Amino acid sequence: MADIQSPLPGTFYHQATPEEPPYKAKGDAVAEGDVIGLIEVMKTFIEVKAEAAGTFDAYVADNASAVTAGAVLATLVD
Amino acid sequence: MAIRRLFIANRGEIAVRIVRAARALGIHTIQAHSEADTEMLAVREADEAICVGKASAADSYLNIPALVEAARKTEADAVHPGYGFLSESAAFVRAVEEAGMIFVGPSADTIDRMGDKVAAREAAEAAGVPVVPGSDGRVEGAAAAVEVATRIGYPVMVKAAAGGGGRGIRVAQDEAELRKLAPQAAQEAEAAFGDGGLYIERAILSPRHIEVQILGDGTDAVHCWERECSLQRRRQKVWEEAGAACLDEAARAELCRSAVALAKAVQYRGAGTLEYLYDQKTKEFFFIEMNTRIQVEHPVTEMITGIDLVAEMIRVAGGEKLSVTQDQIPRNGHAIEVRINAEDPLNNFMPFPGKVDGLTIPEGEGVRVDHFLSDGYQIPPFYDSLLGKVIVHAKTRDAAIDKLKQALEALKVGGVRTTVPLHLALADAPEVRAGDFHTQWLEPWLAAGNLTADSTGGTQ
Repeated sequence: MADIQSPLPGTFYHQATPEEPPYKAKGDAVAEGDVIGLIEVMKTFIEVKAEAAGTFDAYVADNASAVTAGAVLATLVD
Repeated sequence: MAIRRLFIANRGEIAVRIVRAARALGIHTIQAHSEADTEMLAVREADEAICVGKASAADSYLNIPALVEAARKTEADAVHPGYGFLSESAAFVRAVEEAGMIFVGPSADTIDRMGDKVAAREAAEAAGVPVVPGSDGRVEGAAAAVEVATRIGYPVMVKAAAGGGGRGIRVAQDEAELRKLAPQAAQEAEAAFGDGGLYIERAILSPRHIEVQILGDGTDAVHCWERECSLQRRRQKVWEEAGAACLDEAARAELCRSAVALAKAVQYRGAGTLEYLYDQKTKEFFFIEMNTRIQVEHPVTEMITGIDLVAEMIRVAGGEKLSVTQDQIPRNGHAIEVRINAEDPLNNFMPFPGKVDGLTIPEGEGVRVDHFLSDGYQIPPFYDSLLGKVIVHAKTRDAAIDKLKQALEALKVGGVRTTVPLHLALADAPEVRAGDFHTQWLEPWLAAGNLTADSTGGTQ
């Protein structure tokens, strides 16, 4: 199990736009550097990237929820 | 004064500014805030405060039903929208008025009209305010394009009449180039939009951004001189001045006269700003849009005129006449404002919503800092990055730049990266000192590496 943490405080989004599907779903392969979500901070959108490879398990933080820096956003299984 | 209880539907530094102006007028202040803003300075300073929703602006500062309900519940008789958020929402004005309260700003109809680019351009033309000269509608074929261009003057911009968003825009410097470009542009427009019609307007390639502050009471209107805001990054102003040193007296007089003509023509009530592009080569100015609200950079105008713009807009909203006539509005010295944002200019302006650890605000003759910080304050990440503004006033522009440097060196916002290093570097830039810049200047200057840790002596 590996956690993906938020690099910044802000609002976390699972999708690039409301019309698009979430970046990742359970069972998806995740490569190092893959974008798994967006953090909106001060009207700027910052991509959240996986720091290690793995298999996507689940989003931990809800879509469009407020998160703190270091909050766990999603988990991977090895 | 019809206003006794003012509801402030905004946050940040402008909320503090409005609370203070209203209290000085003897008005009871009610500050709206989101769940994330309970600790902000305006909440502490206002006579009372009320939560209007969750952290997200859509749930709070943009939530018309929640704001109107909160204003009604707290028995407000007027609502001040600040800038941004709902300040230019005609729907908000109507909701406030339907609830029996006064909106501090122009009428919903004026906001609708001036918010529509085409309608605003028509209103400007009708009032004799110059707009960017262009073809009246679409142009077919190269010969017609040349005819229009000869009338409006080169260089010209050629766009697809059916297009939008800057696609397929070309610039022709002279007739030969236009004869070559026009058929290509028509062909491209045909391919892209199924419509080969073109639109031609004068290209103002390196314009300066100049704007005029106006005040109106619904009948009379005055101007409070001009500001220059040409230093912009991603279309955001970063450094603003009053007045515009590049203007000669004749151009200044004509610019300000035209702004008052438009304000009177639309029976403007409140504080407003007419924005223009200024072509320094030809000394021509062109109206581009009107902002029907108080602006971030209003303090530079207050510094040179001595007029409290926020107090004045509250008074006229309460039904009073303008408190000053045109000949009572002086233009003294020079003022500069820089925006202090929670961004790291040495890391591509990355937002930095930190916790303030040690705060020193510069003070002194001709130094003003509008902000909403306090020591220990956790800056919320949910809103824009503007923390405040450092404003200086001096007899001359040179002296103002010197004073700005001193003020910026004295400002300490511990624990947070801010745009202070950018402003210190700009204050030292020879082009800025010489006033030799335009709206397209700052980004290439940054891209050329003029702002580095070495050039600024490191981050704060």
